[in-house]
Amino acid sequence: MSNHLENQVRTCDTTGLPVCLTAQKFIKLNGVFAVIFLLIGAIAAVLLALTRWPAVHLLDAQWYYRILTAHGMNMLIFWILFIEVAILYFACTTLLNSRLFSKKIAWVSFVMMLVGAVMVNVIVFIGKADVLMTSYIPLLAHPVFYLGIILVAVGTLIGVYNFFATVYIAKRDKTYDGSVPLVVFGAIAAAIIAVVTLLHGAVVMIPTFTWSMGWTAQPDPGWYRLIWWGLGHQSQQVNVCAMVSVWYLLASLTTGAKPLNQAVCRSAFVLYILFINLASAHHLLVDPGVGAGWKIWNTSYAMYLAVLASMIHGFTVPASVEIAQRAKGYVRGLFGWLTNAPWKNPGFSAFFLSLVIFGFIGGITGVTLGTQQINILAHNTLRIPGHFHATVVGGTSLAFMGLIYYVVPLIFQREFYARSLAIIQPYIFGIGIVMLSFGMSFAGSAGVPRRHWDVEFTGANLAAGFDSGTHLWLGVMGIGGVLAFIGLLTFILLTVAAVFFGKSNKGRAMTPWATPKTLVTEGDVDATEDHRSPGTMTLVIILLVTFVVYYFANWLALTDVWHVR
Amino acid sequence: MSQDKKHPLQKLLDNPWLLLALGVLIPVLSYTVWGWVELATLAPAALP
Repeated sequence: MSNHLENQVRTCDTTGLPVCLTAQKFIKLNGVFAVIFLLIGAIAAVLLALTRWPAVHLLDAQWYYRILTAHGMNMLIFWILFIEVAILYFACTTLLNSRLFSKKIAWVSFVMMLVGAVMVNVIVFIGKADVLMTSYIPLLAHPVFYLGIILVAVGTLIGVYNFFATVYIAKRDKTYDGSVPLVVFGAIAAAIIAVVTLLHGAVVMIPTFTWSMGWTAQPDPGWYRLIWWGLGHQSQQVNVCAMVSVWYLLASLTTGAKPLNQAVCRSAFVLYILFINLASAHHLLVDPGVGAGWKIWNTSYAMYLAVLASMIHGFTVPASVEIAQRAKGYVRGLFGWLTNAPWKNPGFSAFFLSLVIFGFIGGITGVTLGTQQINILAHNTLRIPGHFHATVVGGTSLAFMGLIYYVVPLIFQREFYARSLAIIQPYIFGIGIVMLSFGMSFAGSAGVPRRHWDVEFTGANLAAGFDSGTHLWLGVMGIGGVLAFIGLLTFILLTVAAVFFGKSNKGRAMTPWATPKTLVTEGDVDATEDHRSPGTMTLVIILLVTFVVYYFANWLALTDVWHVR
Repeated sequence: MSQDKKHPLQKLLDNPWLLLALGVLIPVLSYTVWGWVELATLAPAALP
């Protein structure tokens, strides 16, 4: 039973799903501004890559830290939060066959988020908040900077409330039967994590704002770091959850894959809900104020349950694709299903590249760097950005790009131009990010610090700097950054052209991206009932072996600097 | 299967409000409150 208001719903001409027109408006608004903030963050990104590459060293110190602040805020907060609110509104309305709970609340949320994000950007670019995204106390920014973040956090929290209220009325009005779909369950998990995240944001930013106004004393720096990372890192866990939901959605849209086992997939999301937020403690592993018990519990024993969840999703998502492909008749060898996957569909290539980059680079480095002993090698080196550019950019942003290749034709009802360019875009971006991440990670392994403007320490009384091998990796990082920027700019141009000037597809199905043909006939029971996934098992074993080698290589590296006699 | 005969895990999975409560409680206790208590009870370092 539907609860849509009269004339406030349409049926998607491609999927047959109901689209709440109020939700559609806010999906569009949040989506458009998400891409604008992505563009600002991307321009900042290429300037930073060309500065951290010593052979170019583009910006002066002041502009480097200013642009680094803008890059972090736009990429890690604004782009991600705006697109995630759009995803939440889509999941709770279209997939639950429900109307959006409140248009007014959606407006309040959107306006607060937008005003806050504009305030932060303006105050950063006029040079009143060169404090980086973390804004560690005692660094002091203009009060508008903190107020803008508070507005964004509270606005997003209001949007999350609208999501939960919609889930409530959908259940009350019985708009769906049984359990919510898996993608909605993933969105609920992301929203729960967002609540914890945004509460931490409010708790840390309000006293920091009153301090910046001169009304209260300076908060304790140790306390600030503890609570701020409840915002800073946990917001990236919202990304992980939303990204995994998008993986399931894109796997279904591009290959017809169905979740391998609903209970297992949902249980993995529950592990995220309960334990993934503890990972914030990684950032305090060298802080003296908190003890070893707190550090070890939060970053290993409990947090590994969230790692287990990622490993479950890392298996079930590609395995569901493999089973769907084998059911279509792509049964040859271990990887016939993969080589015959729709690689010319940017929705699929973005999703699968995101899965591989997140798992093989982001996941393996994350678990290793989060180990307390090994962390001492890597803390505050370029290895850390090398890790999170693989998770947040190569993982989350690339998956969201894949989603947008469907959102534009299905929600905006516009077709993409230059489709051949769209086909190669995820590869350009993915290769660029992999090069960037590798360059950062290896340069960081040589000791190159993160955040620092001049790793050569020009003008220092003592000789400093790094050898030619390290400079080679910094060059790889720079070239990768430029390549990723080209890929990102291509994506933005394609999206803007489609949204504002694309041909309308109203009244007909979207022009399909490539989808695999079915080779088997209806009577071929062996193929359609084959639920094995040996190819995915092989990939999983390769992942685990890679992890073991990387993990022990790091312990070996630790023995080089920490002699035990 | 009737509502009463649902598996306890399925009941948990179908209850977003309980998940919300647990999802807030566990990280707030394990990360935030515990960490806050450690910082609050830290003895001031003696200056040389």
